[in-house]
Amino acid sequence: MWLFLLTEVMFFGGLFTVYMIYRNWYYPAFVAGSHQLSIPMGGLNSVLLITSSFTMALAVWFAEARKKSALVLCLILTFVLGVVFLGIKGLEYKEKFEKHHFPGTHYSLQSFINPASDPVAVAAGDKALPQDTAQRTELFFSLYFAMTGMHAMHMIVGMGILAFMIFRARAGAYTAGHTQFVEYFGYYWHFVDIVWIFLFPLLYLINRH
Amino acid sequence: MSSTIVSLPDQSTARIPKDNYLTRENGILSWLLTRDHKRIGILYLISMTFFFFIGGALAGLIRLELLTPQSDLMAADTYNKVFTMHGVIMIFFFLVPSVPGALGNFFLPMMIGAKDLALPKMNLASWYLYMAGGLLALWAMITGGVDTGWTFTTPLSTHYVNTNVITTGLAIFIAGFSSIFTGLNFIVTIHKMRAPGMTWFRMPLFVWANYAASILMVLGTPVLAIAIVLVALERTFGIGVFDPTKGGDPLLFQHLFWFYSHPAVYIMILPGMGVISEVISTFSRKRVFGYTAVAFSSVAIAVFGFFVWAHHMFIMGISNYAVLVFSLLTMLVAVPSAIKIFNWAFTLYKGSITFETPMLYAFGFMGLFTIGGMTGVFLGVSGTDIHLTETYFIVAHFHFVMVGGMLMAFLAGIHFWWPKMTGRMYPEKISQLAAVVTFIGFNLTFFPQFILGTLGMPRRYASYPPEFQILNVFSTAGATILGVGYLLPVLYLVWSLKYGKIAGNNPWQATGLEWQTQSPPLTENFATPPIMDHEAYDYEWLENQKEKEVASVR
Repeated sequence: MWLFLLTEVMFFGGLFTVYMIYRNWYYPAFVAGSHQLSIPMGGLNSVLLITSSFTMALAVWFAEARKKSALVLCLILTFVLGVVFLGIKGLEYKEKFEKHHFPGTHYSLQSFINPASDPVAVAAGDKALPQDTAQRTELFFSLYFAMTGMHAMHMIVGMGILAFMIFRARAGAYTAGHTQFVEYFGYYWHFVDIVWIFLFPLLYLINRH
Repeated sequence: MSSTIVSLPDQSTARIPKDNYLTRENGILSWLLTRDHKRIGILYLISMTFFFFIGGALAGLIRLELLTPQSDLMAADTYNKVFTMHGVIMIFFFLVPSVPGALGNFFLPMMIGAKDLALPKMNLASWYLYMAGGLLALWAMITGGVDTGWTFTTPLSTHYVNTNVITTGLAIFIAGFSSIFTGLNFIVTIHKMRAPGMTWFRMPLFVWANYAASILMVLGTPVLAIAIVLVALERTFGIGVFDPTKGGDPLLFQHLFWFYSHPAVYIMILPGMGVISEVISTFSRKRVFGYTAVAFSSVAIAVFGFFVWAHHMFIMGISNYAVLVFSLLTMLVAVPSAIKIFNWAFTLYKGSITFETPMLYAFGFMGLFTIGGMTGVFLGVSGTDIHLTETYFIVAHFHFVMVGGMLMAFLAGIHFWWPKMTGRMYPEKISQLAAVVTFIGFNLTFFPQFILGTLGMPRRYASYPPEFQILNVFSTAGATILGVGYLLPVLYLVWSLKYGKIAGNNPWQATGLEWQTQSPPLTENFATPPIMDHEAYDYEWLENQKEKEVASVR
């Protein structure tokens, strides 16, 4: 299982490398791009995910303590927190789509060339970026969608397994001494959590030190 | 051959044991749902032979086209697709899974005295992923093909071609998971499933080599996966990560791609080196000279392999200092490779050598791999690389290592373990002939390409200046002979399934644990769990063992 997580680290490592390089090259554009992300929403999501990690850890503990109903409850809580996380993420995505910040043919530079037109940019005190710099913000959003999308995909897979586990746990599968599956899933869930803990400062908090 | 050490059991009384992994269960489902590592190994063997011949047919088309200077057999576009699919199929669906998938799956657990791999279901899943990836790649080929070259270099792959890049990429992505699963499984098995007494330094070198290759699979493949995902995203959404007009850097793709694909060549060659260690030791009746050095050189190759990727990019605009560093690191890889070659040579020294087919292939490996490795140093030196890169010199170099090295090792391994896998011997004379034919055909095919490359013939073109024709004709003629050399083993190995002589437990008098059980083995490999009470390659132990031997009761 640790080896599997190692492969995951290498997978996300590739993405993080790409991000780091471009952030270094196009710092002003990345800052302006990051101002478009909502810290309250991202922060709330961080809290949710950390809490879900906590309930998952509790679930492992209850499985070892052979407490069936507590185990099921914790698994359901983890699942619900995951759903709420994805819901908030969906709201954020929706906003990006509405402002044409999704990279591709409909990408709009308005918020960056003419910050006065965008209340979010005004609030952050953004200055107008020259055309070529502003175009680099598309790269920021590309990476934003690629990285958070990849993360969300891992969460969806994880929640599929969670649903299966809840179903099995109700039948008493993990409270009879065989807790390995729950434990390994716990590792996976914490890993997904940690990825987010790296993503949050990289994407949301740059230039706020 | 009179000097042969084959001591077959008396043919009037010998028989195949009634209960073995092939006869335990019957029916197609017992194969498709099996968790037995030996059956999965056989599944791999059959399916990768299939892919090998598709890739081989494509190679034949390439050589036919290059028979004449004009692009006349096929249009240039078609030629691009043919060599791309040749590369994709041969690399991802034959070379990467060849020895680990077939021979590793079958023998790695037996060599360390285990009942099975640690994660048998995952092992079966890896075969299904491999097949899914392979069939998807074939589907991509049939429905229009892909013409980016197997390297998917950006921006060509993301902006300029309109062929099945995403489908092929997806196929490689899926096959990548298959090799991650295999790698994971091997690492866990080697750590956890060794028989009592089987310490790390008593393991056969085949196991060490597969261990090193598994590390590469586990660490490298995910990076390839993310590179492919980014290419797919770039193509579908135009995210701009590799698009210079949006501020991206096409070269970054190559960094990510070669971070996997350079280690990938060691994934391909290391298990082959493991096979050669076994074969050389067995047929010279000596312990491998410098066992520890050979074992660690595998690991060293795996480690160095991760720090040389940029030597594929010397002419592509990386900084001079990077070139210098990567050039030096590249030459460093030659050291552990040379350690292996020299140690095998010293193993032969004063050994009592016999020339069975696996040994002939192993000799072929040593010669061809040495040439392939040495020319690799030419390419690692940045000055000569600027002249030689993207010419036929490169093509010849990696075919010497991959085909001359890896494929020879694979065939050596197949012949060496055939009696154990099937319980029957292959026909000795004709297989020796096949080994010699392969060697001659190989040299005739690829040696002229070194000269062509030095003269400046670029790779990946369907046409070339007429003055290069004579060497190309040699090369194509050689490819025909090579084709015969590869077809022969398929024919006589299939023939031997029914008509081969019965092999008995240990026809080569080899020391590995896999030879100390019946052939074909039981589903659980050993009747009683083995205990390793001697060093690897201890032929004296084997002699003493024979005195105590009693006839099998099964």
